[in-house]
Amino acid sequence: MEIIMTGLASILFGAGIYNLLQKQLLRIVVGTVLVSHGAHLYFLTMAQLKRGAPPLVVDGVTEYADPLPQALVLTAIVIAFGVTSFLLVLAYRTYTLNKTDNMEELRGSDHE
Amino acid sequence: MIYAVFAPLLFAVLIPFLSRWKEKVHTGWLILPVPFLIFLYFLQFVGPNFEPQVQSVQWIPSLDISLSFHLDGLSLLFALLISGIGTLVVLYSIYYLNHKEQLGHFYTYLYIFMTAMLGVVLSDNVFALYAFWEFTSISSFLLIGYWHYRERSRYGALKSMLITVLGGFSLLAGIILLTIVTGTTSIREMVAQADVIVDSHYFPFILAFLLLGAFTKSAQFPFHIWLPDAMEAPTPVSAYLHSATMVKAGIYLMARFSPILAGDPNFFFLLSLFGIVTLVWGSFMAVRQTDLKGILAYSTISQLGMIMAMLGFGTDVALFAAVFHILNHATFKGSLFMVAGIVDHETGTRDIRKLGGLMTFMPISFTLAIFGTFSMAGVPLPFLNGFYSKEMFFDATLVNSASGPFMEALVAALPVLAVIGSIFTFVYSMYLFFGTFTGKYKEEELPQTPHEAPKMMLLPPFILILGVITIGLFPEMFNQGLITHAADAVFGAENNQDIYFWHGLVPAFYMSVAVVVLGITLYLTKSKWEGIYSVLPGRLSFNRVYDWLIEKIETGSNKVTTSYMTGSLRFYMVLTLTAIFAITLGVLIQTNGVNFEVTDVAPITTKELIVAAIMAIAAIATIFVHNRIAIILIVGVIGYGLAILFVFYRAPDLALTQLIVETVTVVLFMLCFYHLPNLQKSTTPLLTKGVNVAISVGFGLLLMVIGVSAYNSRAFDSIADYYIENADPLAGGYNMVNVILVDFRGIDTLFEVAVLFGAALAIIAMIKLRRDKGAK
Repeated sequence: MEIIMTGLASILFGAGIYNLLQKQLLRIVVGTVLVSHGAHLYFLTMAQLKRGAPPLVVDGVTEYADPLPQALVLTAIVIAFGVTSFLLVLAYRTYTLNKTDNMEELRGSDHE
Repeated sequence: MIYAVFAPLLFAVLIPFLSRWKEKVHTGWLILPVPFLIFLYFLQFVGPNFEPQVQSVQWIPSLDISLSFHLDGLSLLFALLISGIGTLVVLYSIYYLNHKEQLGHFYTYLYIFMTAMLGVVLSDNVFALYAFWEFTSISSFLLIGYWHYRERSRYGALKSMLITVLGGFSLLAGIILLTIVTGTTSIREMVAQADVIVDSHYFPFILAFLLLGAFTKSAQFPFHIWLPDAMEAPTPVSAYLHSATMVKAGIYLMARFSPILAGDPNFFFLLSLFGIVTLVWGSFMAVRQTDLKGILAYSTISQLGMIMAMLGFGTDVALFAAVFHILNHATFKGSLFMVAGIVDHETGTRDIRKLGGLMTFMPISFTLAIFGTFSMAGVPLPFLNGFYSKEMFFDATLVNSASGPFMEALVAALPVLAVIGSIFTFVYSMYLFFGTFTGKYKEEELPQTPHEAPKMMLLPPFILILGVITIGLFPEMFNQGLITHAADAVFGAENNQDIYFWHGLVPAFYMSVAVVVLGITLYLTKSKWEGIYSVLPGRLSFNRVYDWLIEKIETGSNKVTTSYMTGSLRFYMVLTLTAIFAITLGVLIQTNGVNFEVTDVAPITTKELIVAAIMAIAAIATIFVHNRIAIILIVGVIGYGLAILFVFYRAPDLALTQLIVETVTVVLFMLCFYHLPNLQKSTTPLLTKGVNVAISVGFGLLLMVIGVSAYNSRAFDSIADYYIENADPLAGGYNMVNVILVDFRGIDTLFEVAVLFGAALAIIAMIKLRRDKGAK
């Protein structure tokens, strides 16, 4: 199962990177979301899947799933959420100010 | 000793605070005692029974870099010059710079330089030496550019910086090779292995790198061009850095390494050749200058060339004379710079064509200048130190032995070139002196009415001239206590020479006589032969080479930068991703990290497969869908799918969080998409598309390979057990993930909250703030 999940994560990465390479702002935001999803799945998979009980202390259970990657991924999800919302609003703001969402037209003009 | 070296630097930190009161007390007075005390400290070592001192402090032991200070005769001579002339220069600058100037900056730079220069001449560790060496270049840059509002100052500062730092890098390359060959970073231990170094096949590079470092620093032909431009610095700086101390760092370097390098005949050839050419060219060019400081700058170049040539000769007399001349040059040239500064200060100009007849207005400066210029010219009088070392120089040019046709030619030419150089030296000395102080007084051309400088301003050059005369009258006094030790250190063995005024009717005496006679003739007929300068150098100048190079470097680097800084974000992404891809793949292959032996995996179940398949299809669909709402919903599908996978994989907290976050994200997308234009069918050319696909697919595959390999090769056990066992006993919680987040790694979570807080603030700012229409 881990191999399949690694494959899924890789597909998410690939699709995310393809979107990142596009011109439109919305696609770039979508690309970021996909890449972070991919990263979360990847990370969790690396720590082996479906071993032991969920990491909630219960009397009598000795085998638990590894809680550490879960804690890390939890943090990552929240940060990814922060990044996504920031990017979205940035895209919104960029569009309202510059009337374009095409990255090729959004080059800096202060070249010396 | 270490305190003596770092005292100026410590005071440099205090100077900005001291300079607050510069209106009441000139900052110079407050810090004057520092170099003077250092001078006294080093003075106690002077004496016939001097023994080298060593003091060492660890700095970076893992790289074998230590602040190890070794005080031998050569270092002592330099340390005395640095601190002694430093004291006089600070005293002089108190009258030269008035309190409206940025005194804090000036003295800070000057004291940084003092520490750096003391470090250069005392360091036994080559890397510490290099660090101090570069500090002298930087402080020199800052001091030349002190009047930064002048265009010429900035030009001169940049030029000196570029040339000396180029040499600095070369020096670094040289000492790295030396370290590789000898396996030590200590100069003394390197000297002990001199044979090993000369025999190693790196030796030609070592020699070339060290010579380049020394030649750029000591303004040897053809790198001399930075020194005349460095004269834009305030005169105390010129007197201190650019005649007495910093420009002698290259000489010091050669002297220090000559026990090693002199084992090779090329060392003699190159050093003598460049030295003697610099001597002749510098003195020849000095006659042409019209700026007082310009004359002195070329004069310094020429004198440095002379010392360099003597180091190249490597005979006992030559080395002794070289060391002797370092001292003599510092005294007479330092005083002449100060006098030139006084003339500039009191008349408002340094242009020798406007000056003249100042003898009656400035009698004391006039008297000082007589001694200075005549000593520089090498006039044979028993109270002028310049004559002694010059005559020893003539002696030294006559006794070199050679092998091979080039060297024989050089050896034969040396005495002739030495005499020619000295004749021009004589001419410009006379020109400098008589042109300024005698002749017709041109009142209408002077910006200010000249008058004598304040007494305290005359004191520093007076002390130096006193040095000139004392050395001239009692050379043996300095010889036994100081010069002999320095010469010993350079020669590597006992090098005891007697300094005589009268040698008898020896060839060197005839050479001196020829210099004086021909010099007087040439000086008197100067206007007749001056036309030669339009032929040589004419329009040929290394300055033009320098300017051309600088321009080409600027346009070249601009071209390179604009070629990849296109402003296209996509292009940057492509570059970054390709680089990451290449490096990761390279490391993977190089470390033989690929591992496909699958072991210990969880069983495959249908429900997971279904979710995975839906997510995969959705992910690929994002690329082809061109409807805003559709793409947002598809992203939502992927997010919820991930949440379901988290449920399967025993991660209830992740699943909950992912559900909430995904919901909020979709809502956010929905709020924003209304304001964004619809997605368009991509109109990119096929090639670009191909590149995009290649990068994406390539990256996906690479991550797949890394993932599988990493999964199969576990280097060490998980540290999870600690958290599983201690969640309840130590943190009192039953949900291990939560316990890790809020307890074991609580501070991390706090920062995470801070990040979110920052993002939230930025979002509010971007939504609420309206850009001011008028302002940009």
